[in-house]
Amino acid sequence: MTPVFTSLNDIAESIPDGSKLALAPEYNGCGCALAVVRALINRSPKDLHLIGVPALGLQADLLIGTNAVSKVECAAVTLGEEGLAPRFSEAIKTGDIKILDATCPAIHGALQASEKGVPFMPMRGILGTDLLNNRPDWTVMENPFHQSNDPIILLPALKPDVALFHSPLVDEEGNVWIGVHKELMTLAHASSETFVSYERFYQGSLLDDEKYAAGTIPSTYITGVAEAERGAWPIALPNHYVRDVRHIRKYCEMASSATGFQNYLVEYVYPRIVET
Amino acid sequence: MLKVEETLIFSILPLLQGIKHVAVGASSPIPAAAAMLMRERSKGQVRVSILGNTERYTFTDGGRELFDLAGQGRIDAFFLSGGQIDGEANVNLVGIGDYPQMSVRFPGSFGSAYLYYVVPRVILFREEHTPRVFVDKVDFISAAGVSEPHVHRPGGPYALVTGRCVMKFNSTKRCFVLASVHPGESVQSVQKNTGFEFICPDNIPETPLPNIDLLNCLRGSVADQLAAIYPAFAARVFG
Repeated sequence: MTPVFTSLNDIAESIPDGSKLALAPEYNGCGCALAVVRALINRSPKDLHLIGVPALGLQADLLIGTNAVSKVECAAVTLGEEGLAPRFSEAIKTGDIKILDATCPAIHGALQASEKGVPFMPMRGILGTDLLNNRPDWTVMENPFHQSNDPIILLPALKPDVALFHSPLVDEEGNVWIGVHKELMTLAHASSETFVSYERFYQGSLLDDEKYAAGTIPSTYITGVAEAERGAWPIALPNHYVRDVRHIRKYCEMASSATGFQNYLVEYVYPRIVET
Repeated sequence: MLKVEETLIFSILPLLQGIKHVAVGASSPIPAAAAMLMRERSKGQVRVSILGNTERYTFTDGGRELFDLAGQGRIDAFFLSGGQIDGEANVNLVGIGDYPQMSVRFPGSFGSAYLYYVVPRVILFREEHTPRVFVDKVDFISAAGVSEPHVHRPGGPYALVTGRCVMKFNSTKRCFVLASVHPGESVQSVQKNTGFEFICPDNIPETPLPNIDLLNCLRGSVADQLAAIYPAFAARVFG
């Protein structure tokens, strides 16, 4: 399969209502596809089931605020140093979204099960928590290789319909460089479709250079790519730009009320229609 | 004269005695400083992994790597905080009120529901020491303090460090034991601000002050290292 070189709006159109949509975390400089999320909001998606790998932040808060989300599955939703995610907190309070609270290694492990094509992944920990009490899909079984009583959690394989993230480099074959952020590799392996926005175009093949090849997702896993300069803004992209702390603070302030959030959309999200 | 932050850093230090690898979560400058001080004093023998540190990311296998390391027993100590912590060392990182429609929602459990079970020495750290944080029973258990005896659990709570005191955790008795109170605090002030029952032995010492070498080490090389990751914190505390 050869990935399609396309536009942000086309990627947004390719994410159907009701999808299980997996997003990159906003720490450690994993690429977050904020530009695509803004394009997506402009097509007014509905009933999305967001998956954080393993946490969610601004991308999710924007989508939740526009009533595009019915379910959130992740280990946390936070805007980091800048504070709590205001639209998420509000939607929890009103019950507008259903939350599937998880823990980081459970998300990673359940994606690894999909990656391997096995139905579940066993995992230690979690026993005795209210996470387990609220996740009927997580099962406790006895370790079959142990003589005595040894309960262990089984996590069903997690297979996102669509994975979406931003990458520093995509080459002419559609190979995607993610560097050390291997959770994005696992995510692409596990998901039915993967869309990537990218900062810069790489002439030639990333797979021909060993320095890049180890951190490159082969195009086999990639459905479509689109160029987006500063595509992670206001989240950081290491070696390109830092986190726009001032902007995220402004977002927290504006999004603390429904009216303020609408004003934010008008100022920073809806103008994309005009741009493209 | 010690700053409050310095007292806390020094109160954590003895709890890290003998460890080889300590991991510190994101936005935790005080635990990070204690871990770096430990590394400095061990002449580099102690490994410190600071998460969410874009300055120097020491993992190459993605978000899972820390958990895989911990699952194998390659991490000896980790710091955990909580919106609420109760007397059985249950930690709540999810919210206040009835789940799921909680009146106050915190970010979420992150890796706590796993690391608390597999890292031998989990140090609970929460500077705010009030009955609002230290409650009789948490509203939601993100990570349980104790497990049934047959549960595979090499890890668990070791101690609790707050802005007022240090407590050790006794997993057999399923409760905290007061170990020392910070300068300016007393057994009474700790009791008054703690919403759970804990064991209070006679003659509780004051949290010991560091010697001058240790203090110079913190204010010198450790402060420099810390400034690379937490510039605002380092500037405020160490000038």
